[in-house]
Amino acid sequence: MYNFEFEKPSTIADAVAAMGGEEAQALGGGQTLIPTLKQRLAAPSSLVSLTGIPEMRGVCVEDDGSVSIGGATTHAAVAADAAGNYPALAALAGQIGDPAVRNRGTIGGSIANNDPAACYPAGALGSGATIVTNNRQISADDFFEGMFSTALEEGEIITSVRFPVPQAASYQKFLQPASRFALVGVFLARFADGVRVAVTGASEDGVFRWSEAEQALSKEFRPDALMDLRINAMNMIADLHGSKAYRAHLVSVMTKRAVEACM
Amino acid sequence: MPKDSGIGASSKRREDVRFLTGAGNYTDDINVHGQAYVHFLRSDIAHGRIKSVDTSAAENMPGVVKVFTGKDFEGVGGMPCGWEVTDRHGAPMQEPPHPILAQGKVRHVGDPIAAVVADSLEQARDAAEAIALDIEELPAVLDMKAAAQDGATLVHDDLKNNICYDWHLGEADNAKLDEVFANAAHVTTLDLVNNRLVANPMEPRVAVAEYKRGTDEYTLYTTSQNPHVIRLLMCAFVLGLPEHKVRVVAPDVGGGFGTKIFHYAEEAFCTFAAKACGRPVKWTASRSEAFMSDAQGRDHVSRIELALDADNNFVGLRTDTYANLGAYLSTFSSSVPTWLHGTLMAGNYKTPVIQVNVKAMFTNTVPVDAYRGAGRPEATFQLERVIDKAARELGVDPIALRRQNFITEFPYDTPVALTYDTGNYNGTMDKLEAAADLSGFAARRAESEANGKLRGLGINCYIEACGIAPSNIVGMLGARAGLYDAATVRVNATGSISVMVGAHSHGQGHETAFPQVVADMIGIDESMVEIVHGDTSKIPFGMGTYGSRSLAVCGSAMVKATEKVIDKAKKIAAHLLEASEADIELKDGQFTVAGTDKSVAWGDVTLTAYVPHNFPLEVEPGLEETAFYDPANFTFPAGAYACEVEVDPETGQVTIETFTAADDFGNIINPMIVDGQVHGGIGQGIGQALLENCAYDENGQLLSASFMDYAMPRADDLPFYGVDHSSQTPCTHNPLGVKGCGEAGAIGSPPAVVNAVLDALNSGGKTVDHIDMPVSPSRVWAALNS
Repeated sequence: MYNFEFEKPSTIADAVAAMGGEEAQALGGGQTLIPTLKQRLAAPSSLVSLTGIPEMRGVCVEDDGSVSIGGATTHAAVAADAAGNYPALAALAGQIGDPAVRNRGTIGGSIANNDPAACYPAGALGSGATIVTNNRQISADDFFEGMFSTALEEGEIITSVRFPVPQAASYQKFLQPASRFALVGVFLARFADGVRVAVTGASEDGVFRWSEAEQALSKEFRPDALMDLRINAMNMIADLHGSKAYRAHLVSVMTKRAVEACM
Repeated sequence: MPKDSGIGASSKRREDVRFLTGAGNYTDDINVHGQAYVHFLRSDIAHGRIKSVDTSAAENMPGVVKVFTGKDFEGVGGMPCGWEVTDRHGAPMQEPPHPILAQGKVRHVGDPIAAVVADSLEQARDAAEAIALDIEELPAVLDMKAAAQDGATLVHDDLKNNICYDWHLGEADNAKLDEVFANAAHVTTLDLVNNRLVANPMEPRVAVAEYKRGTDEYTLYTTSQNPHVIRLLMCAFVLGLPEHKVRVVAPDVGGGFGTKIFHYAEEAFCTFAAKACGRPVKWTASRSEAFMSDAQGRDHVSRIELALDADNNFVGLRTDTYANLGAYLSTFSSSVPTWLHGTLMAGNYKTPVIQVNVKAMFTNTVPVDAYRGAGRPEATFQLERVIDKAARELGVDPIALRRQNFITEFPYDTPVALTYDTGNYNGTMDKLEAAADLSGFAARRAESEANGKLRGLGINCYIEACGIAPSNIVGMLGARAGLYDAATVRVNATGSISVMVGAHSHGQGHETAFPQVVADMIGIDESMVEIVHGDTSKIPFGMGTYGSRSLAVCGSAMVKATEKVIDKAKKIAAHLLEASEADIELKDGQFTVAGTDKSVAWGDVTLTAYVPHNFPLEVEPGLEETAFYDPANFTFPAGAYACEVEVDPETGQVTIETFTAADDFGNIINPMIVDGQVHGGIGQGIGQALLENCAYDENGQLLSASFMDYAMPRADDLPFYGVDHSSQTPCTHNPLGVKGCGEAGAIGSPPAVVNAVLDALNSGGKTVDHIDMPVSPSRVWAALNS
């Protein structure tokens, strides 16, 4: 990697100040950024670690019943500490990567990176979560803007993510055999006022909501409701591991399995 | 009753204590005072003409010691190929130069163009970025069949075409073969691909070289399976150095799988640069570099045709293969698709007429060479897949069809140049049928179907030619080396023994198994025997470890040397016991005069050898013997494998439910180590069958250039294995009666897995003839929905 300055602030305010530097780059668990740096594919002048800020770590339940997760909370912590209040989200966190990744990687890092095959974007979008930053709150529907692209502005830090807890939810992940990211992952959440279905891994535009499935399932929550639905394969990803048509097919299968898991 | 020590005992692997407690000494652990670091600037395009390489800016960067380009190596040799294959017309193969650093052209992504030596690795990388390249990009040659056409772009401009050789083995009379096929009651034809693999040992390649000006001596520490071979090739063919001035050390090596057999440009570069820079130099490959510079494996495209008579006897076999050699000839690359592949096409079967045709191709890809099994998996895959397809087409039981055609009388001369000394294929199949509970398959299939899954059973038989190899035979076939091995048994005064062996251990457990043999022969405790390997300054000579040869060849040398030691020790014992040498017996570490209670202990004899106060005058003091062993024939391990899979028809996901291996390795020294070797081989075979795929795009860019896209098998991809090696027909021509077990799993498992998947798919009312490896979920789904 190239040389860089390293800062590890202990408050959000200090982190925001540090991020004001030219070409400063926030560092969560580094599970994407560090390999990128090692390959010399990025050259930030300074790295601002967000993992030393106590107020950005941990899982708690808000007064309205939503589950709030600090932006620097590791996947392993979510898998353990959210299991009681939001088991489907905890299960999602527990399926990310391997133990080493889960003990380093953070929810804020994953969501800010918005990898098109990452798990957390599906969890956040499928739950209708709110992404809380150092200066505003952004609904997940507005946050994810396409592959590796989000509504975050320069220097903005995800301090926490707030998840409304659905009546039932399930994350169904079909593994890409090499990376074990999602070849296709579907996060389905059933709320009193309707069903949300978020899909990761499949689309060239990154995580998205499958609105036809949401409407059908909101009307009638059973696997058969999906029977006649086919997602358009045109914008799907095609690569070594699966064609567009295969990914489109897996979206249907994983959505059906998520419904079954919620019944 | 299992033994608790010596030959046949599952002695625990003594080397694992240091590996598992972090006390191993790998090449990257070696740092030499004052060392500088090497970074190679590698081509990021597959094919191009080098117009200029401007290093002037790089040379002035901080910390830079020296910058090298192809021009610096014009006076030295290129990387040699160790096997000259003769084509079907009797002409030698086309053998293009392989420079240490690219000269004139770059020929694959990863081809080294320049090298920077600097005080730190980061400085070397910084400087490499300052090298200005002007390279004219040329069309990449990738598709083997297109590359063979007249007028195709040439990988090597000085060759007449991209065909290294067009080779043939077996039946030469095409008319006779055509007649066999024309008269056949049934012909089964199959087109298949043996997928390209990246070996990916856990430890990447490393080279550390130093040069002592005072004595004009070089030392190269390197990640090698055969340090003597590296020394010989590098000294004699590349750098022109006298061997006695060069020491090559391969310390602990973290996995080889074939890809660390070969002499690589980086080794020669570091040795050269250590003198040129006046400083020791070190290079450690990144994983990315390993993907684009370690010799890769397999990559055959084949058509195979099997002719059967009305009684389902195999009457003829023809196979045509395009074998990818990549951009340059790696050390043993040329032998893999030919003498390690064509010769195995008879398999376990008495097919009377066989013709093998192989076109070996140059392409703009990383060089291809031996990978665990090396040619034999490619042969087995073709043969066992076409037999399986024939059984399905004919509606006969695949086991019965195999049994009916098994070779049952030995020795057996195949139509493709080998003589199998011994075997018992029906006996091994009996073991498999029992161990795999094949009679219970129907019930297991019904249970899977009740859960919405398809279940399949895949059977495979294999034979391999191991114990490579009789030097006179391989010499006739084009090998530029002998393939004997050597061992020195050095008995110390107090009776402990150091055995210097030419075989290198990098996972095979030699440090445990070899002492079991020596200790057993003398009747002393295994802990009194230690193996020394991996250092040309310590061992007499050695051709190294590959081709499942270590025990069969080097182990035989060790037995011969131990026999010499025992013969001499008996002379000394006879003197001490005042008896005739012919009357001395050695048992349990005691020399006894036959029929008496007069005896002397091993330790007393060894002490006498070094303190020869009371000593036979005609015998030299000391107790140390060396033997070289050149095998009389190959060994022929064989086996029968069964794999059961479940297929999820909704997603195409294949899961391996059971995997059972019945192998005949002849006699076995350490059953636990053999189990481990089989487990590892099957794991790699399952990796090839289901997961691994080294893929290039149409421009020659490596698509699977990291573990993000190259799928290695993980623990949860693999089942618990059933391993049975109780079928034992000892090798008839080596002293231990051993055959070798290192590659069997990787050879025998891919067809078993693929046959199982196809059995599953065809059980669902669908006709699927073949799916190329890796049999990934997307390919299975596509086959089910085509």
